[in-house]
Amino acid sequence: MSLAEPEISTQQEASAVAVETPLRRFLSDYFESPIATAALAVLFLLVCLAVLAPVISPQNPYDLAEVDVLDSRLPPGSEGMTGYTFWLGTDGAGRDLLSAMLYGLRISLAVGVMSGLIATVLGSLVGLTAAYVGGRVETLIMRIVDMQLSFPAILIALMLIAVLGKGVDKIVIALVTVQWAYYARTVRGTAIIERRKEYVEAARCLGLTHTRILLKHILPNCLPPLIVVATVQAAHAIALEATLSFLGVGLPQTEPSLGLLISNGFEYMLSGKYWISFFPGLLLLATILAINLVGDRLRDVLNPRLTR
Amino acid sequence: MTAFILRRLMQSVIVVVAMSVVVFLGVHVIGNPVYLLINPQADQQEIEATIRALGLDRPIWEQYLYFVRGALIGDLGKSFVFGEPALRVILQRMPATLELAFAALFMAIVIGIPLGLYAGLKPESPFSKIIMAGSILGFSLPTFWVGLMLIMVFAVMLGWLPSTGRGAAATFFGITSSLFTLDGLTHVLLPALNLALLKISLVIRLARAGTRETIHQDYIKFARAKGLSQRRIVGVHLLKNILIPIVTVLGIEFGNLVAFSVVTETIFAWPGMGRLLISSIQTLDRPVIVAYLIIIVLMFVVINLIVDILYSVLDPRVRIGERTQ
Repeated sequence: MSLAEPEISTQQEASAVAVETPLRRFLSDYFESPIATAALAVLFLLVCLAVLAPVISPQNPYDLAEVDVLDSRLPPGSEGMTGYTFWLGTDGAGRDLLSAMLYGLRISLAVGVMSGLIATVLGSLVGLTAAYVGGRVETLIMRIVDMQLSFPAILIALMLIAVLGKGVDKIVIALVTVQWAYYARTVRGTAIIERRKEYVEAARCLGLTHTRILLKHILPNCLPPLIVVATVQAAHAIALEATLSFLGVGLPQTEPSLGLLISNGFEYMLSGKYWISFFPGLLLLATILAINLVGDRLRDVLNPRLTR
Repeated sequence: MTAFILRRLMQSVIVVVAMSVVVFLGVHVIGNPVYLLINPQADQQEIEATIRALGLDRPIWEQYLYFVRGALIGDLGKSFVFGEPALRVILQRMPATLELAFAALFMAIVIGIPLGLYAGLKPESPFSKIIMAGSILGFSLPTFWVGLMLIMVFAVMLGWLPSTGRGAAATFFGITSSLFTLDGLTHVLLPALNLALLKISLVIRLARAGTRETIHQDYIKFARAKGLSQRRIVGVHLLKNILIPIVTVLGIEFGNLVAFSVVTETIFAWPGMGRLLISSIQTLDRPVIVAYLIIIVLMFVVINLIVDILYSVLDPRVRIGERTQ
């Protein structure tokens, strides 16, 4: 270190003391990367599109009164029977592809987020319990986690669907089962380090209950790695649901997610009608890519070992 | 070394037993075993007769032992669809799946390692940045969609490669495979590339990270000081050391390739066991589903075992670490 540096840093600190909260530091770190900023913006846009799908989509693709079968398989940009222009073309049933995609995105995100939330809660609780209780319980839980993680997610999901059958609830169960182990492992890994710290000892001395110590003291300190895993897993869950739906063992035709739209376009692919599969796939790719890029950045920003 | 292998072997047996219990309970407790073992078209009398014949009225632990005995002698019931033993139906389709997985693995190595090495040796070059951006994209691309796009471009638009099925097979040194004929190779190219895409991205990352870490090590500097050629340093000293993590990961990923071939086989109509699984789920051909699950679990356990042993041979620290624990 040179002699001039301490002076500068004290000056910086003086001006930073007022503004620099952990959240602000985190935000400014995050937005340093233009790609990550763009990815977050895209993700925000996609979520808005999904939430507002019934309001903004040009057509309700599942209202039979609005769909005309005579409009089926029109290429992008062509005009339909009612004089309406289908910018991304229509699918096999004459639905406006753009509208169907917005609705599909809504379903894909909903299934991904819902299974992600359930898995986060379940996995975190199991991981916390393992770390806090220790001993045989911990060994047993972690063995189960290790065993499950030695099998690929798609295989576990297929196993469950083979046993349980098809349906929305079954898909959510499969996605939760596939994901919980990652959360459990992550939370347990952080929690065994946190458990030995002084603030936990202090909380114990105060006579706080185990539940309180776990949820209010240890869990908040496990959040940074948990957030990173949750982001990456959200992308995995969405991709997995799309894959299962594409294979015809995922969501039913009444819940047309992006994967199902792509699957429906498959039969028209060989006759050169590419758009029915192409555009939903592109939207799926954009969603997964945006989440992955945000996750990558979060990992860099939240990892204390990488702090510059 | 022997002690290490024995211990690992014991762990594998425990995993197999645990998985057999899980599959058994999954089928017999969550689902109704009657539907699993009896043809859905059977009438009430037939069902009751079969329940007695199969011992489904006995206590659950007795049923489990019955299930295990059947599994051990390879009797997993008859396929409803094919009318043949479920195990035979699966085993008939296994070579096609393994062939596809090996082709994909080969592609991942041949494409991934050179690109990763390049990106690691010249991290600042524009081509390296393109490689790394491509690998991030590779992680995000949904496999099944890429498969469709490959068919779209190479089979429909350009008409260069066939989009469905497996090509003619030839027998060579007692192994029958479509990889030995030109027709077979053209058929396997698209599905294998589709399956390999994720693994190529993975190998690129591993090779690049390994290269960047290893290149600054003392023994590389020493090799340079000895006046060895760059080719020898990279090809022998560097490659040997970055291969350790790559071998492990690829070993584990081989099982993954077999599992993911479910998707690729469905898209390219490849006659393997993954496609069979999907059609069995759709037709509720449960004996075949159970047989597939048992085979794939065994396959995973064996692969993990081999990888661990290989790893301990390549990196002695693993063995020592186990011993001191």
